[in-house]
Amino acid sequence: MQFMSRQKKLLPNSHTELYGQCLQFYGQPPLENIALSEFETFAVERLKLLKTVENLGVSYVKLSEQYTKKLDQESKNLNFPYRSGPSEIEKRRKDHISHFILRLAYCQTEDLRRWFIQQEVDLFRYRFSYLSSKQKLEFLHKNNLQYDAISVEEKKALQDKLVNSSYAVSGITVEDQDFYKVPFQDALDLVRTRKVYLKAGYVYIPHQDIVTIILNDFRTRLSKALALTARSLPAVHSDERLQPLLNHLSHAYVGQDYSIQKNVGKISLEQIDSLSGKSFPLCMRQLHQALRENHHLRHGGRMQYGLFLKGIGLSLEQALQFWRSEFIRGKVDADKFDKAYAYSIRHMFGKEGKRTDYTPYSCMKVILSNPPSQGDHHGCPFRHSDPELLKQKLQFYKVSPSGISQVGDITFSLNHPNQYFVESQKVLGGGKDIKREMDTPQRSQENSGRGSAAAREAAAAANASQHLAEMTEELDSFFQDA
Amino acid sequence: MPSSDYDPASLPDLLPLYYRRLFPFSQYYRWLNYGGVQKNYFQNREFSFTLKDDIYVRYQSFTTQNELEKEMQKMNPYKIDIGAIYSHRPNQHNTVKSGTFQALEKELVFDIDMTDYDDVRSCCSAADICCKCWTLMTIAIRILDRALREDFGFQHLLWVYSGRRGVHCWVCDEAARKLSVAARSAVAEYLSLIKGGEETVKKVVLTDPIHPFIRESLAVVERYFPRYALQEQDILGRKESVDKVLSLVPEDILFTLQQDFQNEKKPESRWKLVRDQATKKQATAKKGQYFEKEIMLQYCYPRLDVNVSKGVNHLLKSPFSVHPKTGRISVPINLKELDVFDPFALFEQTCKYSFISFHFFTDYKRTTLAKYVKYFDQFLDAMARSWKGELLRKSDLQKEF
Repeated sequence: MQFMSRQKKLLPNSHTELYGQCLQFYGQPPLENIALSEFETFAVERLKLLKTVENLGVSYVKLSEQYTKKLDQESKNLNFPYRSGPSEIEKRRKDHISHFILRLAYCQTEDLRRWFIQQEVDLFRYRFSYLSSKQKLEFLHKNNLQYDAISVEEKKALQDKLVNSSYAVSGITVEDQDFYKVPFQDALDLVRTRKVYLKAGYVYIPHQDIVTIILNDFRTRLSKALALTARSLPAVHSDERLQPLLNHLSHAYVGQDYSIQKNVGKISLEQIDSLSGKSFPLCMRQLHQALRENHHLRHGGRMQYGLFLKGIGLSLEQALQFWRSEFIRGKVDADKFDKAYAYSIRHMFGKEGKRTDYTPYSCMKVILSNPPSQGDHHGCPFRHSDPELLKQKLQFYKVSPSGISQVGDITFSLNHPNQYFVESQKVLGGGKDIKREMDTPQRSQENSGRGSAAAREAAAAANASQHLAEMTEELDSFFQDA
Repeated sequence: MPSSDYDPASLPDLLPLYYRRLFPFSQYYRWLNYGGVQKNYFQNREFSFTLKDDIYVRYQSFTTQNELEKEMQKMNPYKIDIGAIYSHRPNQHNTVKSGTFQALEKELVFDIDMTDYDDVRSCCSAADICCKCWTLMTIAIRILDRALREDFGFQHLLWVYSGRRGVHCWVCDEAARKLSVAARSAVAEYLSLIKGGEETVKKVVLTDPIHPFIRESLAVVERYFPRYALQEQDILGRKESVDKVLSLVPEDILFTLQQDFQNEKKPESRWKLVRDQATKKQATAKKGQYFEKEIMLQYCYPRLDVNVSKGVNHLLKSPFSVHPKTGRISVPINLKELDVFDPFALFEQTCKYSFISFHFFTDYKRTTLAKYVKYFDQFLDAMARSWKGELLRKSDLQKEF
């Protein structure tokens, strides 16, 4: 992929050919020369677009009305294509080029790749939803996804099962549309959410739902492409015009990850109980409480809470002491702790195994990965708890009734449990204003289709921190140099 | 509970006997070699051993059955885990360039652990099990076995008693062994109906339409529910349990049921009242109308740990491994005899005979463990038919050149 080296300059009218399709798979890299300034602008704007995709995906159900409207707006503002039409050619060119530039920036680590792929897939899904049936079919063929349609007899025999497998499939759908037999490995999203009929390893998909297959395919291709891209990186990095820009781009998404420990050892273990009441976000408070009550936490909880503690400044020695003293009060004796649990704590601090210094989980990670099951206390209470229980809990923790029911007014963008801690400490230290003017994505009041109030997390957390600050009798400042 | 008969301190004496006399090495090798269809499949497989004093060693691998036997008889592991097939021999992983040593394939596995049901069983908790709550395992096996076979098309499933408080399933089909992490996770989630941790009261919510998978699973649960839940666990008998069940019904029905329960004490009749209310609601409401199904599922539906199934490199306790805390052997379960499988019987016999002399040992081989090994043989025979086909296919391809 050497599109920055000397290549034939393409004539302008071949853009019309190249960009005749409103949506593409990014199979071929762009071959033209572009100016460095355009290179930079395109990349930054696509990154903004992808960040919007990410934020909207957490606040709204994907492809819901609010989601698409907002994404339409953003695409328009940033001059990216979002509909079919001849005027879109320049935008599609930008789309094409910017995608490939970001590949360079985001191919380097597993985390970066995962993030990039996720947003690109979501963006693709959104754009695909604007295609007509005919255009969708064209995609299938372009993709060489020649799945077999089942016979009319088989359709009839399976009618009830097909109708009952998907909310979107009615008796009429079964009569009118072709159903395709697709190996389940090619339709994992549908299988995972049980939105499709599965028999003997094949899913039965109506024509209208073929999109999921395409998304899967897109994801796989992109994943492979990124792996290939990573190999040609050294050549790209040797171009000193590009290296600083690419580094900047790949760090932009991460934000603060609280991996570099500041204030190590500034917190003493005795302070943790009171800190948990004052400055821990609800998820960590819950974990702390469960730990104190049961003298134990399961693996998911140990990871989430343990890394958080590391992020707020606990040293390895402190962490070992903390966990040990608590576990010993339970069913674990000192010996067993040293053999079974100490290892994993050292692992968290990067002292064992591959020596990766694990980073504390961001809210996104807590919400989206490893949902809690029976016996677990980890996860995000705003996502994983019963609304009633959550309400009770917030009341118990003295969040005012208006704080609990309030879902709209956000003045604080919360992305990370450790961020909550730091901000809360600042508030308690009396230094900063509680209301901060930051650009915040508007969050919706309701998330239809979601069980618990996913959108309320930041609102309530922010309100909780406000009210905790108001309720505290003393303003202890824990960090004198804050 | 016969746990008092077994003394973990006797393990150092029992294990050498077990590994010399009873452990079915040739069947074990036959299994993991998978017919020799793929080169180095056995040689690149990771084993891990837990030795005396909790010493844990990973990345063990062996070139032949003989080597495996010798090593196990030398080390006498307290516990054996099986991991993935890697790109290189695990015991040489340190010599491989960083990043190239990768887990490639492994059976698709499931782990059902009785502690995950603590919120819905009243007879035991934590590591204890009894014949009452063992029914939960029976239900889990029936539901998952059906789904893995009929929905996913897998054929070679090995169900194994874990030795203490649960069961494992090893899906050994070639397609299963080659599944990606994402695919494993999708399969596990398809099979998951219970959502939520300590903080969630209502862990099952059903909406229209009810997927065929859920219907099939419900059919299994309904067969066992009256005896298991209403009688043995007595969920509608004692006040606490009743309250717990009622916390799962919609608010508008709650009061009526509480009133009705004042006059009706028999659990079966109480359950009928619940069902009747549900039927009524299903005729009219669009939401929350399936609560009687949700209750049955919450009390009986299998709870699996998705994380165990997801990872290609995840290590899981090996079949025929001894459980150091109970002295029981992880034996394969013959589904044809599922309803009479008794995890406690194993235990008694394993222990009794271990203390007796050598002669009795050879007789023993003809009895208890032998039946499980025989069943394992049948399982391997069925798989072998597919290996044969593969080998023929491969040799045909080679002949063309």
